[in-house]
Amino acid sequence: MDDLFRETILEHHRHPRCHGSLPSPDVTYEDSNPLCGDRVRIDVNLRDGRIAEVRWSGHGCSISQASASMLCERIEGQPLEDVKALTRTDICDMLGIELGPVRLKCAMLALKTLKAGVYGLRMDEEDE
Amino acid sequence: MRESDRVTTAGAAPAAPAAAFDAARVRQDFPLLMARREKPMVYLDSAATSQKPQAVLDAMQRYYTTCNANIHRGVYGIAEEATALYEDARRVVARFLHAASPREVVFTRNSTEALNLVAHAWGRWALAPGDAIVLTPMEHHSNLVPWQILATERQLELRFIPISGEGELQLDALPALLADGRAKLVSLVHISNVLGTVNDVAEVARIAHAHGATVCVDASQSAAHMPIDVQSLGADFVACTSHKMLGPTGIGVLWGRRALLEAMPPFLGGGEMIREVKLTHSTWNELPWKFEAGTMAIAEAVGLGAAVRYLEALGMDAVFAHDRELATLTLERLTDVPGLRLLGPPASRRGGVVAFTLEGVHPHDIATVLDQGGVCVRAGHHCAMPLHEHLGIPASTRASFHCYSCPEDIDALVAGLHRARAVFAH
Repeated sequence: MDDLFRETILEHHRHPRCHGSLPSPDVTYEDSNPLCGDRVRIDVNLRDGRIAEVRWSGHGCSISQASASMLCERIEGQPLEDVKALTRTDICDMLGIELGPVRLKCAMLALKTLKAGVYGLRMDEEDE
Repeated sequence: MRESDRVTTAGAAPAAPAAAFDAARVRQDFPLLMARREKPMVYLDSAATSQKPQAVLDAMQRYYTTCNANIHRGVYGIAEEATALYEDARRVVARFLHAASPREVVFTRNSTEALNLVAHAWGRWALAPGDAIVLTPMEHHSNLVPWQILATERQLELRFIPISGEGELQLDALPALLADGRAKLVSLVHISNVLGTVNDVAEVARIAHAHGATVCVDASQSAAHMPIDVQSLGADFVACTSHKMLGPTGIGVLWGRRALLEAMPPFLGGGEMIREVKLTHSTWNELPWKFEAGTMAIAEAVGLGAAVRYLEALGMDAVFAHDRELATLTLERLTDVPGLRLLGPPASRRGGVVAFTLEGVHPHDIATVLDQGGVCVRAGHHCAMPLHEHLGIPASTRASFHCYSCPEDIDALVAGLHRARAVFAH
């Protein structure tokens, strides 16, 4: 219908990739967006400096869930340093839309959760 | 000599209009709603904050351009004018709430601050370890968190009046909550900002007082939408906020029974709230200034006074009837939307608030689709997380009305919801 709900976003929302959980993950981390209750949990297995397997679960708006799906699809098998370098710009490019400050928080939830879990990194305001 | 103690000095309240309520006419008084835009704007978020009529903007502009000065201090002309305007606003609010005296009307920053004032000043003075506070699961965080903080500090127990599936208080359970005599306060919302439920505060007050408990009411949603008579409500404290009452942000009201306000210690310390200050101790000013430390929001008080006069001219009975008419229409129309679940009681027992969920579409996505059609609604937990947990949903979408809302606004809402369903159809 328009930019905010591009078909790719809706498609990921309907058929999320890497969805679910890992039986005994090396890393598991969960975070939420207190403003709207979006919630994402990410389970990761690490091997040879790479994200070997990743699964996510959660609930929330299409933007938060589609961005988790797109992010996990993209990082599975990738070297950790590449994943560490991902920024807000990468997420916006992945979604392919311009977002206002409120919806941006929805979009960034998955990356924020991943970075906090895997690297113990808190993304500062600028990153967000 | 202080301002007169009598409510009547602000002049008689305007008579209620004889003609039918004409929201389309009322809307013309609201510049934001009348502004030309690329797409027309449909404002359905008055429970979050109301729009402001020109009369309020003019009153504040006039204050700043003709008599801006600090109040209660200067002896020069404009300082006296400013003081008179500020105290006139208090008298208008006292009349609006049917307070026994303007001295019972304390200006605060908003409802939240008014409730915190009660928690800090009255709560610390009146409550001892082992006492209990009775609340409800439908409270806005502003009437929950201050009591949680106090409960931790003073080792108090928090008790909750249960609510039914339709979101109404089960008052049969209240006497049992009060029976052991440890519950010293019942604090509850008058109209729920999510469910729209109008709580029977008078009945709660009757039961609470019979058990010796004090009653505090969060009237944030109700004071803006229905006649409030603090005397017949039977409460001991009532909190409300200007920005939901067509007035500016930054000012709210705590009404309290005079005997209680006299007896309890002050809230914030500083200028104006004192009578005499020595190096090591002070004595307190008389009511209501004892609770108004520092320079208050003077222009905002003037704006609130103008807003209250505007509401009085509309007639609060008429405003409430209009809200309920729109709520009735909305509930009817929304039953046509497949997968829509309405929260809260039937229209006959609610105010101008309608919250709902739509199967398969997250409230945030609904609000975004609606926004694309120019419709402003609220999505999220509406500062009532425990209520949403109780309802078993993470969030909801809420449409809410005021005197300027029209049936056409609801047409736009319904059309937007059908669009949202189409976008997210599997």
